[in-house]
Amino acid sequence: MSHIAFPRPDPKILSRRDSILEGLSAILPPERLIVDESGRRAFETDALTAYRRLPLAVALPRTTEEVARVMRYCRDQKVNVVPRGAGTSLSGGAIPQEDAVVVALTKMSRILEINLADRYACVQAGVTNLAISDEVAPEGFFYAPDPSSQLACTIGGNVGMNSGGAHCLKYGVTTNNLLGVRFVTVNGEVLDLGGPAMDAPGYDLLGLVCGSEGQLGIVTEVTVRLIRSAEGARPVLFGFDSSEEAGECVAAIIGAGIVPVAMEFMDREAIHICENFARAGYPLDVEAMLIVEVEGSEAEIDAQLGRIGAIAHAHNVRSVKESMSAMESAQIWKGRKSAFGATGRIADYICMDGTVPTGQLPEALRRTREICNSYGLRVANVFHAGDGNMHPLVLYNANDRIESDKAEAAGMAILCMCVELGGCLTGEHGVGIEKRDLMPRQFSPEELDQQRRVRAAFDPEERLNPAKVFPLTQRVA
Amino acid sequence: MSESERPVSGEQVERIVRSACAEGMRLDVVGGDALEGYGRLREGARRIAMTELSGVVFYAPAEMTICAQAGASIDSIEAVIAQRGQMLPFEPMRPHALWGRDGEPTVGGMVATNLSGPRRVSTGAVRDGILGLKLVNGIGQTIRCGGRVMKNVTGLDLTKLNCGANGTLGVLTEVTLKLQPKPETEATLVVSGLDNEQAVEAMTAALGSPYGVSGAAWLGPGMGDPLSRTALRLEGFSESVAYRAGRLAPLMQAFGETRAIEWHESQALWRSIRDVEHLAEPRDRAIWRVNLAPSETPDFLVRLGATALAHSLDWGGGLIWLATKETEAAAATVRAAVPSRKGHATLMRASGAFRQRTDVFQPPSDLELKLARGVKASFDPGAVLNFGRIYPGV
Repeated sequence: MSHIAFPRPDPKILSRRDSILEGLSAILPPERLIVDESGRRAFETDALTAYRRLPLAVALPRTTEEVARVMRYCRDQKVNVVPRGAGTSLSGGAIPQEDAVVVALTKMSRILEINLADRYACVQAGVTNLAISDEVAPEGFFYAPDPSSQLACTIGGNVGMNSGGAHCLKYGVTTNNLLGVRFVTVNGEVLDLGGPAMDAPGYDLLGLVCGSEGQLGIVTEVTVRLIRSAEGARPVLFGFDSSEEAGECVAAIIGAGIVPVAMEFMDREAIHICENFARAGYPLDVEAMLIVEVEGSEAEIDAQLGRIGAIAHAHNVRSVKESMSAMESAQIWKGRKSAFGATGRIADYICMDGTVPTGQLPEALRRTREICNSYGLRVANVFHAGDGNMHPLVLYNANDRIESDKAEAAGMAILCMCVELGGCLTGEHGVGIEKRDLMPRQFSPEELDQQRRVRAAFDPEERLNPAKVFPLTQRVA
Repeated sequence: MSESERPVSGEQVERIVRSACAEGMRLDVVGGDALEGYGRLREGARRIAMTELSGVVFYAPAEMTICAQAGASIDSIEAVIAQRGQMLPFEPMRPHALWGRDGEPTVGGMVATNLSGPRRVSTGAVRDGILGLKLVNGIGQTIRCGGRVMKNVTGLDLTKLNCGANGTLGVLTEVTLKLQPKPETEATLVVSGLDNEQAVEAMTAALGSPYGVSGAAWLGPGMGDPLSRTALRLEGFSESVAYRAGRLAPLMQAFGETRAIEWHESQALWRSIRDVEHLAEPRDRAIWRVNLAPSETPDFLVRLGATALAHSLDWGGGLIWLATKETEAAAATVRAAVPSRKGHATLMRASGAFRQRTDVFQPPSDLELKLARGVKASFDPGAVLNFGRIYPGV
């Protein structure tokens, strides 16, 4: 895989490396400024491991003020900055470049305030997604968005990419659960956007910053909404003879006025991969499976599952398996959430992330198979069916260059198909470098220029996370 | 009265904006003319009235999605989706009572103001329910933001940016909305006679319970009842609502005498809360909308003292509707009482003259104003659209 271009590193910056490192060392102590090659190596890529670039240096600030000082210094020296959380981006959003300083927020990992009366938590950007829910779980609260990487990924990275997760069908994605951020501009100015009071007037800069992939500023503190957990939750597995039937069942459940907490889809390939790994009790003799989870008291859950079960039977469901215990529920979700890791054990894969209107799911699945067949590649489908966010995993052998190129081409063809069916290139993983060059498939030149002018209102010289999201050839008109 | 253009297509909107831009003429964007009393006074020499663009572009009930032209009335869209048992999740307010105007509020105005109703506390604001927008920016280009799918992180989120932008960045032409199933039934528990502090405590307990409260509001004594009322709404399938009401009622009994009201009576109560009917009269009062973290609210009201002529609470105490005299002194007291960086106050209703000499929205910091001006210029470099609606020059 080598199709994605990086701009040539600025030789002027590279030649001044020693003096830049000296300047940074006046801001950060040696243990929080990584300059040696082996140390920098740990930051050369993210979860899009096919691409690697060694950064100029890595800064590990501990406070907003340190971030601001690094930013002011880099502005004065005209050095590019790449913000980074835990480095779990699947789209290359945190991949650095030789002439850029990585500002990694992982040392900013303190929980600052938990306010259960007002139902919010304020944390530093390097706190992991799961740590927030773990902190408030004893009191019966949780933070809703739950990306599969939630054990590792940081809340700052979630804000950068507007991350989703399996339970977003009912509770929304990051942007819907975000109350405020503390934010450092490219000039090193500190700004609070939003806060515990909802719906600040004026332009919704909080909404703009969420999902801006680190190109508008660096988020150092995050205030999120906490939600009281339901009395209980129960997943149920429905097996089908065809993906089409499963897709129609999803549409019928929503059409009946039921919004479950989660509705996840797996095809035969994904079921077998996950079952081998997690022993979750998935049915192995079906072509497609849905995990549907509902919440409430025992009686409410029974009532909802009664309604959903009736719909599934009307759509020729072949096997139904309700979780009978908390342990079984945990196994069912472990299987789903380890889908990427389990797939990685049997083959290399690239994970696509397009979204289609839910009515187009059967068509999108059919065409995904066709595309992969035409390249002679296997594909496993596991995705959020309730919101149409697909995750085809295209399997290949990374040691085979030709096959690698085919996998990349197949992935791009799948994304273009998603746009054609009325959807978008990325539902929750972000554009990063991975989908950057496909942006003109979804947006007109005027639309890309408009987005880029908004970015310029924050960062006119495009020093923050450069060469991502927008095609390299496109320049502001 | 300035002259009006009435475009019937997106292309006509583009042409009108381009010619205004070329002539250096400012345009005021108008929907159903229901929100004229909101925001700072605009400085347009010409109006662009959007009500001819009032159709449904598509409706996909199984996807819980509708796309409407921006001039469509909220009522007309709610009627279409109600036929399939669906609703707008964020419960948009109708401005008739508060502003005393009879214009039809439109989908475009709803997005431009981002004014959400009681269900905001559980299912999010208008901005959370918008999947995509089509707009014409200040140089006459059609820009699509977002799309029609539930999850979309492709590029900058210009959809959110335009929700609440008061039409200063673009003329909205199409809005794609995320819908929700209409609940089978609803019930409201009403606790009588609580003061502000007790009411906030009761609402906090209810919203912190696992029973899925979808509205938590407080109406003062004399607002439809001699005693104050703290209202807690439950929605869903009937067996579930009955169960949750049964669990929540004993929690609320600890605060005061609690009774349940059902279905139509409950709906009527929440409509009146949504539209702030109880503060509409007398009409010479200024009306404010103040947002705080709920636990800050009782102290805020103490700081206001007699400046608060009447008030009610929504969003579990996080939203305060407030009536004051229309004077500079009252406005200064309200602004000073909002804890710095922890809340904001919007002057929702006042005479045009007063709105011209007082801040309508929370005054921005220098940096916020600089960024707001940069964002405005990125969409509307000639400052053609709704000029001055939010801040001077924005």
